[in-house]
Amino acid sequence: MKRFAETSSDLVRSNLAWRGRTLLLLLPSLLIVVGLFGGGLILGLMQAAGYFPGSGAESFTLEHFKNVFIHPDFFSSLLLTFYVSATSTLLAVVFSLISALLVMSMLRRFNWLHLVMQIPLVVPHLLIATAILFLLSPTGFLSRLAHALQLIESPAGFPVLIHDPWLLGVILVYVWKEIPFLTLMLLSVLLNLDTRLLQVGKTLKANRWQRFRFIIFPSIFPSLSAGTLIVFAYSFGAFEVPYLLGQTYPMTLPVWAYRQYSDIDLMSRPEGIAAGLVIALVILLFVFIAYALVKKSASGRLPI
Amino acid sequence: MRRFLSGSFILVLTAGILLPFLPLLIWAFSRQWLFPDLLPETWGLRAWNYVFGVAGPQVTSALVTSVSVSSLAALFSVALALPAARVLTFSGRKRGLFLQFLFVLPILTPPLSVSMGLHLWFLKLGLTGSLPGVLLVHLTLCVPYAVFVLSGVFSNYNPLIEAQARSLGASKWFVFSRVTLPLILPGIIVAALFAFLLSWSQYLNTLIIGGSKVMTLPVLLFSLLRSGDRPVAAAVSLVIVLPAFAALLISARTLGRRAWIGGW
Repeated sequence: MKRFAETSSDLVRSNLAWRGRTLLLLLPSLLIVVGLFGGGLILGLMQAAGYFPGSGAESFTLEHFKNVFIHPDFFSSLLLTFYVSATSTLLAVVFSLISALLVMSMLRRFNWLHLVMQIPLVVPHLLIATAILFLLSPTGFLSRLAHALQLIESPAGFPVLIHDPWLLGVILVYVWKEIPFLTLMLLSVLLNLDTRLLQVGKTLKANRWQRFRFIIFPSIFPSLSAGTLIVFAYSFGAFEVPYLLGQTYPMTLPVWAYRQYSDIDLMSRPEGIAAGLVIALVILLFVFIAYALVKKSASGRLPI
Repeated sequence: MRRFLSGSFILVLTAGILLPFLPLLIWAFSRQWLFPDLLPETWGLRAWNYVFGVAGPQVTSALVTSVSVSSLAALFSVALALPAARVLTFSGRKRGLFLQFLFVLPILTPPLSVSMGLHLWFLKLGLTGSLPGVLLVHLTLCVPYAVFVLSGVFSNYNPLIEAQARSLGASKWFVFSRVTLPLILPGIIVAALFAFLLSWSQYLNTLIIGGSKVMTLPVLLFSLLRSGDRPVAAAVSLVIVLPAFAALLISARTLGRRAWIGGW
């Protein structure tokens, strides 16, 4: 496939008008990405730096960022957010690996399975959060089921899974969405894997683990790392799920940022924006670290 | 043994995916469902009568708003992303990498960081509380996603086939409508569905830019959840999830056995 792309790009590049034409083709989407997305970030940065042109406040200050960092709730929110995304991402990676390897050989016989696994991809986070609320709340469906089975006497006997200090309900929503997402991503690679490689491995007396480690893992590694990054970044910056299913204190960082932003006291609005930018910054930091790790592993040994 | 293991695993997976929808369905068709009862004491269409009767104008207008915003988002996303995806796939390695990075950023950055910054600017332009404002803020997310779905499509596409058609005397427009478009149409449909669903499920973005004036279905669902009327919230949830299932079936028909993310 790459060959097509490269020959054609040589062909196109020989054209003198290439630059102009490319720019013209890119312009509409760049207007959105650079103009609106980049613009939003830059305008946010200006507001978080206390710069409001035309309103008298026309000097830059780091005070709002400082207020975010020294806020008593900031550090616990950061830790909580990291805990939620790291836990759900880790669970999703482990279970998607297991399910991809188990499902792989069955997929041809169970055609409908592919469709079922795509359901979580299209269901909005907000909606599955609502469904989990009805399922796991103290008077929810599972609690009623436990009562019918005479496991509990009253709603108080049911374990607290919603608005709980460990954010189990929140993690469950992410895992519900992310396991099928990562599984499908892995399957799209695994089903195209040259099975002769595995046969060669068998011939050379590689055991099951060795075949996974040296044949399957290297081929799924690029998709898996990209998928993991997307999943982590999403759960780190998501608002709806922890807002609906999380506890009131401490809040995850996005919920905290929005609370600051929408506070009646307009003075805390720049702090909300600053917190939002800190979230984006943390995610970018992770992206760079992950990118560096992947790049290093691609040139030499895998990090495992 | 191994077959039994995989079989039961598939059962657990399917049950796990479908189970959360069960209470949603029951709530939407229940009249009274007090705690210890496993099933409602009385079933009924009270929630639906409320949704399309008493609260009808509100729900219908939210439905219309959601459908308009998301359809426009899908339309604009594909139109803007198509040329970009083509350039992205067929440009040189170094330039391609930079552009890819540029289009990945909005996918990884949480939308709230962007919309909070945009709000003041949109306020000055008179875009807050308006449909175009909400549409624009949705596009910051939908366009990059569409670019990625479509670049997946172009990476399996040989552009030399266009040169071939041209050399046989076809006009530029003829090549586009009879050669390029039929080849990439499945990808375009999937990209449009993807952008539609992405916009369809936005909440905080819509709230920050639209305020209380642009009431989409997710915004409505949130306020219903806060009021605590479970049957009505469940009914609105089903209204929200229906297009998602429809999109899934359409894409399954369009793509056959390939998955959505197969193109990535």
